Amino acid sequence: MSWLSRLRQTFRSGKLDDELDEELRAHLEMRVADNINAGMTAVEARHDAQKRFGNTSLMKEDAREIDIIGWLETVAGDLRYATRVLRKNPGFAVTAVLTLALGIGVNTAFFSVVNGVLLNPLPYPWPEELVVLGESKPNFINGSISYANFLDWQKDNRSFSFMAISRGYGFTLTGLGDAEQLDAKFISSDYFVVLGANPLIGRTFVPGEDKIGAAPIALIGAGFWKRKFGSSPDVLGKSVALDGKSYTIVGVIPEEVDLYRSAHPTDVYAPIGQWSNPLLPNREAGLGIHGVARLTAGVTIEQARADMEHVTANLAAVYPDADKGIGANLTPFRRALLGDIEPILFVLLGAVGFVLLIACFNVASLMLARSTNRTREFAVRVALGAGRSRLIRQILTESTLLSMIGGALGLVLAQWITRAAIRLVPTEMPRAAEIHLDSHVLIFTAAISLLAGILFGLAPALKSSDLFLSETLKESGRGSSGRRRRAQSVFVILEMAMALVLLIGAGLMARTLSRLWEIQPGFDAHNVLTFNISMPPSINGASAATIRAAFRNVHDKFASVPSVQAASFTWGSIPLTAWDDEQLFWLDNQPKPSNENEMNWALSYVVEPDYLRTMRIPVMRGRFFTDADSENSRHVVVIDEVFAHKFFGNEDPLGRHINLQQGEIKAEIVGVVPHVKQWGLDSDESQQLRAELYVPFMQLPDAAMKLAPAGTSIMVRSDGSDPALFDSLRRVNKLMSEEQVIYGAQTMEEIISASLAARRFSMILLGVFAALALILSSVGIYGVISYLVGERTHEIGVRIALGARRWDVLHLILSQGAKLTVVGIVIGVGASLSLTKLMARMLYGVSASDPLTFVGVAMLLGLVAMAACYIPTRRAMRVDPMVALRCE
Amino acid sequence: MGRPKTDVLQGTLALLVLKTLVRGPMHGYGITLHIQTISKDVLRVEEGSLYPALHRMAQDGWIKAEWGASENNRRARFYSLTPAGRKQLAEEEKSWARLTQAVAHVLQHA
Repeated sequence: MSWLSRLRQTFRSGKLDDELDEELRAHLEMRVADNINAGMTAVEARHDAQKRFGNTSLMKEDAREIDIIGWLETVAGDLRYATRVLRKNPGFAVTAVLTLALGIGVNTAFFSVVNGVLLNPLPYPWPEELVVLGESKPNFINGSISYANFLDWQKDNRSFSFMAISRGYGFTLTGLGDAEQLDAKFISSDYFVVLGANPLIGRTFVPGEDKIGAAPIALIGAGFWKRKFGSSPDVLGKSVALDGKSYTIVGVIPEEVDLYRSAHPTDVYAPIGQWSNPLLPNREAGLGIHGVARLTAGVTIEQARADMEHVTANLAAVYPDADKGIGANLTPFRRALLGDIEPILFVLLGAVGFVLLIACFNVASLMLARSTNRTREFAVRVALGAGRSRLIRQILTESTLLSMIGGALGLVLAQWITRAAIRLVPTEMPRAAEIHLDSHVLIFTAAISLLAGILFGLAPALKSSDLFLSETLKESGRGSSGRRRRAQSVFVILEMAMALVLLIGAGLMARTLSRLWEIQPGFDAHNVLTFNISMPPSINGASAATIRAAFRNVHDKFASVPSVQAASFTWGSIPLTAWDDEQLFWLDNQPKPSNENEMNWALSYVVEPDYLRTMRIPVMRGRFFTDADSENSRHVVVIDEVFAHKFFGNEDPLGRHINLQQGEIKAEIVGVVPHVKQWGLDSDESQQLRAELYVPFMQLPDAAMKLAPAGTSIMVRSDGSDPALFDSLRRVNKLMSEEQVIYGAQTMEEIISASLAARRFSMILLGVFAALALILSSVGIYGVISYLVGERTHEIGVRIALGARRWDVLHLILSQGAKLTVVGIVIGVGASLSLTKLMARMLYGVSASDPLTFVGVAMLLGLVAMAACYIPTRRAMRVDPMVALRCE
Repeated sequence: MGRPKTDVLQGTLALLVLKTLVRGPMHGYGITLHIQTISKDVLRVEEGSLYPALHRMAQDGWIKAEWGASENNRRARFYSLTPAGRKQLAEEEKSWARLTQAVAHVLQHA
C-alpha cells in the first residue's frame, strides 16, 4: 500500500502541507482555549501552548519528511538552519570556508589547465584520424620529408584519404607600413583539406596551385587580417609583397586552425611551390618539411604503417641513391601535439588532488572537534523527534553548504591563480591558449565541492550521531570521545603522509633542476643575445659577392654598437634550440659514398671568426677561423672533440681533410673545440648525432649564400651595460635599410631557461602544492593537539598539582604529536617510494628514491609538525592547577 | 513492516494512541488530553512526538484521518482506527503485557 499512498501524497504535497498547518493550528487554538478556561491570561495561554509544541516548524518538518517534495523542502529548511548555525560560529565557518576555498581553488585552476590542454577536443573534425608524418633515417627518427618523396607518398599510399606537407618560414612583409617579419608556412594544396578546416572567407588552395612555377597566391591568418586589413572582406584579390614578391590573397584562415597553436599564430600560408629554395625539388634534401595526413576511415595506424613501409621500400628500390634506408614515421597527431606533457599533467593533477584531500580532512577534523559543543543541540533535536538519519542529514547539509561556499570562493581564487599560472606555463606548452574557465571547469568545481562536502561531512556526521546515542544517556561519554579522537588522529596521519609525498615530489624536482643548472652547456650564456635577420627583399637575386658585402656591412654596423663586444652571424644550428642543421661529408681517405645515407653526418655551425669570442668557447687544439678565412682562401673547418674522437679516434685530426657534400668542397681541419650541448642539457648525451662541425660563414658556397639573406641569425656578446640592447640594435638596423628586419631576439640565458621550462613548471607547481599541503597539515596537527590539550586540561592540572614538572607536560603532549607525525611520515615514505616512480621520467641526475631528498624532507615535515604542536603544548605547560581543577 | 523494537518510547506512544482511538474518532489535541487525563497526569504526550507518530501510523495504514468539526465547531482532523490498526493494537497490547510482566518479575525476584 505504501507506494500508492506515498505517490498520492507526492501529488498532493501542497495540499498536505496546508492540511498539516491547519491541523496544528487547530491543536494550538484548542489548547489556548482550554488554558484560558483554566484561568491563564491570553498571553500566558498562547505562550504555554507554543512552548508545549516546542518548535512548531521543526515538528512539521518531521511529519512531512514522508514525501519526496517534502524532502526537498526539508533540505531548504536544513540549509536555513545550517546557515544560522554557521553564522553563529563565524570563526569556524571562516576557517573551514577558507581552507576549502584554497583546496578547491588550486584544484579548479589546475583542472582548467588539464581541461584546456588535454581534455578539450582538438579543433579539427575526427582528430583521431590525423597522423603526423616524417622520414625515418639513420640519424633521425622523425626527419624532414623531401618534396619529391612527399609527391610519391601522396600518389602511392592506400591508407590516407589526404596527405599534405608544411614548412615554417619567415617572410619579410613590405609595402604595408614598416617592414616586418611574418610567421609563415609553405603548405601543399591539401593541407587544410587534411585538417578539415574551412577559410573564414575566400577559398583555400586547389590541387596544382602548389606546383613549382604556379602563380603566387597566399592565404592569410585571421589575426594578420584584422591587424593589417581591419578584417575587411575586400582583402580577397588584394596583393601583399612577401620577400619582395607580390602574392594575391585568396582566403582568410581562422586562427584556431593553427596546427600546433604556438605562441605566434601563422600570418601567411603560401603554396610550397613558391619557396625559392633551389634544393626543393631535390629528393635527398632535408629541408625541415613535415607532413600531416588523414587516415581513410576504418584504417588503423598500424595498417597505415605497413602500407607506408611498402611505399618507401618501392621508392628505395627506384631511387637507391636518395631513398636507401628511408622509411616513413607515423605519429598520431594527439601524441605529436601533447608529447611528454600528458603524463606530467596527470602527475600534477594527482598532486593537487592531495591538497584538496588534506583540506577536507582538516575541515572534517574541525567539525569533529566542534561536535562536542553541539551534543546538547543534537540531544534537543532528537527529543523533538529527529531520528539518526535526520541528524546525519543535518550535518551533511552543513558540510555541503560549507563546501559550496568554499567552492564559490575557490572559483574566484581559481580565476586569479589560472591567470598567474598561464604566465608560468611554458610557452612551449601546446594549447596553452586554450586554458580558461569554461563550463567543464564549472561542472568540475561544483562536483568536487559537493564531493568534498560529503567527504568531510560524513565522518563527523556518523560520529556525532553515535556520540548522541551513547552520550545523552551517560553524562560524560569518555568512550565516544576516544573514538572521535581516533578519527582525528587518522586524519592527521593521512595529512602528514600526503604532505610528505608532495614534499618529496617537489624536492626531487628541485634537485633535478639544480642538477640541470649545474650542467655546463659548453658555452657562456651570460650577456649573449641571439636574433634573426631578414635582409631587404631587394637583395634577392643579387650575386653572392653582393650578398657577402652586405653581410660584412651589417656585421660591422652591429659590432660597432657601443656595448657590443663581439658578434657573429650563424647559419644552421643554435645550441639548445629547435634549430639544428646538418653537414654531410666523407673523410679524405674514403671514396665518395653513393648516397647520402652512407655519408657521415655532423651538426653544422656556419659562423664567423668572432663566434668563439661571443660564446666564450675555448680552442682545444689548432686555431679557430680568422678574417683571412674568406671566400677567396682555401676551405677550412673546425671540429669539436666528439667529432675528433668519433672519426679520428686517437689520430691527430689537424691537417686532415673532409669532403663536404654541400658544394662538394674539400676542407682542411684547422682546429678542435670542446663539445657544445646542442640537444638539451640533459638529453644531449643520449643523442646519436653529436659530432659538431664549424664552417666559416664567408666560405658558404654561392648557392647557399644566396639563401642566407632570409635565414641567418646573429649572436651578440655585450658588456651588459645596455638594458635595452635589442632596441639599440634595432635603431642601427633601421638606419641601414627600412626594409631590413631583425626579430625573434632571445638571450642565451632565456634559451637555457626555456629548455628547462616544462620541468620548472612542474617543480613550481609541485612546490606550491607541497607548501599548501605542509601549511594545511600543520594547521591540522595544531588543531588536534590544541583539542587534546583542551580536553586534558583537567588531567594536566592534576598532574601539575601532584608535582609534575613543565618538562613532563611538554613530553606528555609533544609525544602525542610526535607519534602522529612519525606514523604519518612512515606511511608517506612508503607511499612515496611507489608514487615517485610515476615521475621518474621528469627527473635527471637524481633517483626517484633519492635518500637525501627523502630524509631531508621527512625532517622538514617533522620539524614543522613539532613547531605546530609546540604552540598548544606551551599552553598546556602554563596550566594553572587551581584554575584547571576548579572548572570541573 | 513494524517500527523498530528498540524504540521503546515511540512504540509505547503508538500503543497509547491506538488504545485511545478504540473509543472512537478523535483529533490530535483530544488524544493528548485523553492520555493525560486517564493517566492522572503521569503521561504527557509531547506534541512534537504525537504528530509525527500520527502521520507514520496513517502511512502504515493503522489509522485514517478525515476532516470533521470539533466540539466548538472548529475544523479539525479526526483520526480513527482501521482494521489493520485493531490488529496492531492487539499485538502491541500483548507485547506490552509480556514486557510489564517481565519487568514485574525481575522487580520481585531480583
